[in-house]
Amino acid sequence: MSPSPALVVENLRKTYGNGVQALKGISLTVQPGDFFALLGPNGAGKSTLIGILSSLVNSTEGDARIFGVSVNKQRNEAMKLIGLVPQEINFNQFEKPFDICVNEAGFYGIPRKIAAERAEKYLKELRLWDKAQDQARMLSGGMKRRLMIARAMMNEPRLLILDEPTAGVDIEIRRSMWQFISGINAAGTTVILTTHYLEEAEQLCRNIAIIDHGSIVENTTMKNLLSKLDVETFVFDVTDLPNTLPSLPGISFRCVDEHTLEAEMPRTQPMNTLFDAFGTHGITVTSMRNKTNRLEELFVRLVENGRQELSKEKVA
Amino acid sequence: MSNMSGNLVALHTIVRREIVRIMRIWTQTLIPPAITMTLYFVIFGKLIGSRIGTIQGGFSYMQYIVPGLVMMSIITNSYGNISSSFFGAKFQRSVEEMLVSPMPNWVILLGYVTGAVARGLVVGALVLLIALFFTKLQVAHPLITFLSVLFGATIFSLAGFVNAIYAKKFDDIALVPTFVLTPLTYLGGVFYSISMLGEPWQAISRINPILYMVNAFRYGVLGISDVQVGIAFVVMLGFVIGLSIVALNLLKRGVGLRS
Repeated sequence: MSPSPALVVENLRKTYGNGVQALKGISLTVQPGDFFALLGPNGAGKSTLIGILSSLVNSTEGDARIFGVSVNKQRNEAMKLIGLVPQEINFNQFEKPFDICVNEAGFYGIPRKIAAERAEKYLKELRLWDKAQDQARMLSGGMKRRLMIARAMMNEPRLLILDEPTAGVDIEIRRSMWQFISGINAAGTTVILTTHYLEEAEQLCRNIAIIDHGSIVENTTMKNLLSKLDVETFVFDVTDLPNTLPSLPGISFRCVDEHTLEAEMPRTQPMNTLFDAFGTHGITVTSMRNKTNRLEELFVRLVENGRQELSKEKVA
Repeated sequence: MSNMSGNLVALHTIVRREIVRIMRIWTQTLIPPAITMTLYFVIFGKLIGSRIGTIQGGFSYMQYIVPGLVMMSIITNSYGNISSSFFGAKFQRSVEEMLVSPMPNWVILLGYVTGAVARGLVVGALVLLIALFFTKLQVAHPLITFLSVLFGATIFSLAGFVNAIYAKKFDDIALVPTFVLTPLTYLGGVFYSISMLGEPWQAISRINPILYMVNAFRYGVLGISDVQVGIAFVVMLGFVIGLSIVALNLLKRGVGLRS
C-alpha cells in the first residue's frame, strides 16, 4: 500500500463573515518528502489556506487531510503531525527563547526533559543558543524568525509549514535558514513554503502551486513551470556601445545607458548568435545577468493573465 | 504516549507558565492587593470599626469584615489574572501556540483557571496573614472555608476567561471589574449583614452571587452567615458548571480566537 500523501486539500472554500471569498474550492496534493512552494500575490489566499491547515481558520466547505488524517474530523490528531512557522511574530515577547520552545513542546504533550534536550538542539542549530535565556523581545528580527522555526520543530513534525519565514531577513541569515530547512527536508520532513522571494522558491522547492484570487492558477513541478518561460531578458554591461545595434531575428535590443544593453530573446535561441553579433559590432561585454529571476518572470505573467481573465469575466 | 498523559503534560505546562508569570511580576500581582487590603483593615476595621463595636454573633466589626475582604481579594485577583493573561496572549497572538497544538479545549481552560485560582489563593493567604496583625481569628469550619474559597476563585476565573475571549482591546477587560465586579462585591455583604437592609433590598441582594461566596466563607471562618450554606454551595456549583459550559462552547466555536 502506498503511503498517504503528506497533504491532500479537497475543494476547500472559505468565505469570511464580510463576504470575502478567500478560497474558491481549491484542491491540492503534496507528496511525502516534498519541498513544496505555495506562491501568490498578497491577498491571494495563501495565509487562509495555511490557517485552515493549522486549524486557526474554519473552512466553509471541503477538507484537508494531513498524512491521511482529516483536519475537520480528527483535528487533534492532525495537529500532532504539523509544525507551523506563521507570518507574524506570535510568541510571548516577555518569555525566554528556551522557555518558549520548551512550553511549545509541552503543549504537544512532550515531557519536559525531552523538550529541554530538543530546545537546546534546535536553538543551537539555528544559532540562538547564546540568546536562549534572554527575553525574546530583545532579539533582532532575524533571530525572532529563527526562534519561530526552532519552536515549530519542537514536536518534530512530519509536515512543516513555513509562511514567509524569511520576510525582512538579511541575505546571510536567509541563506543559513535555507540551509537549515533544506537539511530538515533532506531528513524526511515534508516542507510547504510560502515566500515573496521567488529566488528562494526556485532554489529550494521541487513542486509549486501558484494561487491567485482564491484559485490555483498553476500546480506543477518547478522544472515544468520554468520550461514554460519562452522568453528571457538579459542585461549586459559593456565597455562602449556602437552607433548601430546588432539586428538579429527574434531578439530585441534596448540601450539602458551608454554602458548597459538589454536583450530579450527566445529561450530556444543559442547565446552564441548573440555573442557572435556582439563581436561583429565591436561590443565588449564585461558582465551579464538575468534581468529578473526566471520564476519571478513567470509568476508575474501568470498572475497578470489571471487578472486579465478576471476583468474580462467582470465585463462579460 | 497516551492522550491522557500528553494532556497532563500540556496542563502542567500552562499552569507552570501561569505561575512563573505571577511570580515574575509579583510587584503587580501580589503586592498591590496586600497594600489595598491593609488600608481596608486600618480604615474600616480599626478606625471606623472600633466605633461600631460588635456586629453579629458577638464578633467585632474587624473580625466580621475579614472573611469578606479576603474573599473580595480572591475574587478580584482570580478574575484579573485570567483576563489579563489570556487577553495578553490573544493580543500578542501567542495564544495561537495553544490553538494550533493538539491540546483539547478543556486543557486550555483548566490550565488557565488553575493558574488564576492559584493567584487568588496566594493573595487570599497573604490578606489573611495581614488580617492576623489586626485581629484574632479561629477557623470554625476548615473544609467549608477551603471549598468556598475554591469555588469563589473558580467562578471568577471562569468569568474572567469569558471576558478575555470576548475582549477586543485592553479597555474591554477593565470594564467588567469596574462596572460589574466592584459594585457586586461592595453590595455582596462584605461590609455589612443583609439583615440590616429592609425589603426590597434584602431580596435584591440575594440575586448577587457574591453574597453567597462571602457568606459561605464567613460561615467557614466565623460560623455565621446571612444565607443557608447549603444553598450557597448549590448556587456556586451552578455558576461553576454554567460558566464552564459557556467557556468551553466559546473555545469550541473559536469565538474571538479563530476566523
